[in-house]
Amino acid sequence: MLALFYIFIGVAIGVSFWQITRVLNLREVIATDKDNSNQGKYAIFFMVFFYAMMIYCLIFMNVLMLPESASFEGEHDDNLFDISFWLIGIVQFIMQFLIFYFTFKYRGSKDKKAKYFADSHFLELIWTITPALVLVVLISYGLWQWNNIMDLSDEKDAVVIEVYSQQFRWDARYAGEDNTLGLGNVNYIKGINTMGVDMTDKNSLDDKQVTELYLPKGKKIHFKFRSQDVLHSAYMPHFRAQMNCVPGMVTEFGFTPKYTTEEMRLKEEVIEKTNGINKIRRAKGEEEMYEFNYLLLCNKICGASHYNMQMKITVVEQDEYDRWIAKQPTLASVIK
Amino acid sequence: MSDHHHKETFVTKYIFSQDHKMISKQFLVTGMFMGVIGVFMSMLFRMQIAWPEQSFSLFEAFLGSHQTDGVMDPDMYLALVTIHGTIMVFFVLTAGLSGTFSNLLIPLQIGARDMASGFLNMVSYWLFFLSSVIMVISLFVEAGPASAGWTIYPPLSALPQAIPGSGAGMTLWLVSMAIFIASSLIGSLNYIVTIFNLRTKGMKMTRLPLTMWAFFITAIIGVVSFPVLLSAALLLIFDRSFGTSFFLSDIFISGEVLHYQGGSPVLFEHLFWFLGHPEVYIVLLPALGITSEIISTHSRKPIFGYRAMIGSIMAIAFLSTIVWGHHMFISGMNPFLGSVFTFTTLLIAIPSAVKAFNYITTLWKGNLQLNPAMLFSIGLVSTFVTGGLTGLVLGDSALDINIHDTYFVVAHFHLVMGVSAIFGMYAGVYHWFPKMYGRMMNKTLGYWHFWITIICAYGVFWPMHFIGLAGLPRRYYTNTNFPMFDDLLQINVVITIFALVGGVAQIIFLANFFISIYRGQKATQNPWNSNTLEWTTPVEHIHGNWPGKIPEVHRWAYDYSKRVDPKDDDSDYLHGKDFVLQTTPLLEGEESS
Repeated sequence: MLALFYIFIGVAIGVSFWQITRVLNLREVIATDKDNSNQGKYAIFFMVFFYAMMIYCLIFMNVLMLPESASFEGEHDDNLFDISFWLIGIVQFIMQFLIFYFTFKYRGSKDKKAKYFADSHFLELIWTITPALVLVVLISYGLWQWNNIMDLSDEKDAVVIEVYSQQFRWDARYAGEDNTLGLGNVNYIKGINTMGVDMTDKNSLDDKQVTELYLPKGKKIHFKFRSQDVLHSAYMPHFRAQMNCVPGMVTEFGFTPKYTTEEMRLKEEVIEKTNGINKIRRAKGEEEMYEFNYLLLCNKICGASHYNMQMKITVVEQDEYDRWIAKQPTLASVIK
Repeated sequence: MSDHHHKETFVTKYIFSQDHKMISKQFLVTGMFMGVIGVFMSMLFRMQIAWPEQSFSLFEAFLGSHQTDGVMDPDMYLALVTIHGTIMVFFVLTAGLSGTFSNLLIPLQIGARDMASGFLNMVSYWLFFLSSVIMVISLFVEAGPASAGWTIYPPLSALPQAIPGSGAGMTLWLVSMAIFIASSLIGSLNYIVTIFNLRTKGMKMTRLPLTMWAFFITAIIGVVSFPVLLSAALLLIFDRSFGTSFFLSDIFISGEVLHYQGGSPVLFEHLFWFLGHPEVYIVLLPALGITSEIISTHSRKPIFGYRAMIGSIMAIAFLSTIVWGHHMFISGMNPFLGSVFTFTTLLIAIPSAVKAFNYITTLWKGNLQLNPAMLFSIGLVSTFVTGGLTGLVLGDSALDINIHDTYFVVAHFHLVMGVSAIFGMYAGVYHWFPKMYGRMMNKTLGYWHFWITIICAYGVFWPMHFIGLAGLPRRYYTNTNFPMFDDLLQINVVITIFALVGGVAQIIFLANFFISIYRGQKATQNPWNSNTLEWTTPVEHIHGNWPGKIPEVHRWAYDYSKRVDPKDDDSDYLHGKDFVLQTTPLLEGEESS
């Protein structure tokens, strides 16, 4: 690969020097009819290249994309995304065709005359109103969905979890029996109390601190985010979920997991992607094969190891979740 | 302004010049120098992304103590992306683009002898030069330059404990930017005053070329929004050096609780993006203005929908100041604000669509003279459309949640403001080079430059959308810690190869530019048969631009291919040729447009 890169650079430099030497001979500086004709044709060649690339990426990179939303709330994101993407895709294909085809079709020559055409209120009205109408749809659906996601008021049985970020790791705290998180502040950070939980708050006693997230399928999860040092962003791409973690304040996000990790692994698109990844890993001689897991990644620049700040998320059925959470020790039993 | 010649020494002519034409060249060359640094940095970090943690002698040669045996350090990676962003956005595309063409064209196209204040104009350049020098010096600070991203969000940018670049490197960054903002403000005020007051007789606002409208509105947005960034920078300096807590609160780092209480990083985000978003249009509008002028001239057609173009520039400018929150949908601000900003953001699609359709209609049934300047303008329309359309996805708060800060965003803004604005800048250079240096640039090299650049630009940024949709966050030093991204590495290699070829290809432009200054063919007075006033000045630069009286303007700038019978495309040209200078009086019975 590296050799290829040096070859490319060599060719580019070679071409530029070859052309630079020609500059001294070439005195033509303004496009002639022949230039117009050539450049018009190149516009068509470029258009073919561009369309080929666009279509290639759209078809063959599909397998690399994130699988369908693993949260119920994210279904509408996927819908809205599909609508938007079809729409902009169609507009893109039409507009780019017009741009490069017109460049070719109306390439200039001495015997041509341009049309004097300065204004048309009718046309301008059309391309003001059409985007406006389309936007009404996108904006309405988008705003409806935004309110849908961000509304966390209806949460009587939601599982409350605090996600806590610091350079360069994630921790989490489950609210325990009372489903209420105890207060926290950096001033309480001491020894084993790494999340700075206020142990004088009685709500804290049954909280459970963990380093890996287990989520019950089908239940609303209400996340509360805190940060200890700089901005981080809790990004859970499979659930279409993201929220910044801001020092000095608590931010919130919520979703309802739709598929367990096991169910997700059996999905065709996930299998296909996993196989693709493992093919690459085998070729590289990696020992460990990839297995699908939900992840929480940091998505806000936070320092040197920003690129390696992750936490595994496992979605399980309710009974398995109940068994797991029962095994986790309460803070009261850990922090004496 | 006086007509008589001042006695000029080398210093007053080439260094501390108050002549707008010389100042514009100074802006251009300084901007190009910074551009070379910015592009070179992007090539370095692209190599790290494609071949993670590999050893390159290139790194050993350039990264000093920030590499180990040719392997780039993670801190240095972040520093490179930070400074690349800062340099390209502010130093190249703000000062290099606006500074160059506003200075060159405003007096020439409105018919003025110089800027309203030549002295302030000179001060503006030298402040820009000073800020460039400080920014370059910051690259050599021992702990490394600023590395908190070009958005410098605190607390990361405020605490040297969090990242080494937030020490002296960040201080220099802030000082440099404060000076830069002063330079930009002085420049903008000068542009506004000049366009308002120094238009020649007959040059009504509705006869201004669209370049003038674009520069004028750009300057207004700059004056409105840059001071807010200055205040943010000052408050950050206070937090960093004087112990205040505007942006910081409840922080525990390096084993201790810091004293900061009650501040909020979200406040900084608001202040930053109040400039940061309009900045996108400060970068883009001049490029669109240049494109309007060039597409019309080289199509030999009037720009389609002149008044709609002005209206859409104004609409974009107005909306640009009330959409900053779309960078902050997931910052933790009140979700209701997210709804408002989604609404205002998506509205920008309307004036943008009007502009794009108007450009395409201008090409329709034209007589296209495909000079390099024209090709770059057409390229701009193409990248502007491609990049602009994905804005519909990103501006929708519900969708933004999942692609915020991924490579999808990187692809989007590079196409819509990076590549587009650079194309506008290149188009401007190819088009107005004869006005700047009295010589022509070579067209063959221009063609090579264009086709390689546009192929590489799309080769880099089109596939990048897809690695973003795969969920890959930006600003990752390497993706190897996440097996789920292993299948994206090959795409990253392809992208990097396009980036390297595209970067190196800019040598063609640099060579063409500098050789043509000395050896290019001598320009004629009006090489592109253009209508605007700058082509009525002599090829040789003189103080005051026009010998004798300033010409009077009788018509708008776009009477290309005007016919005797406006309804008959086969009839003869009204003035015997396919262009009519703005100084040509209306014939009897001729309708003005």
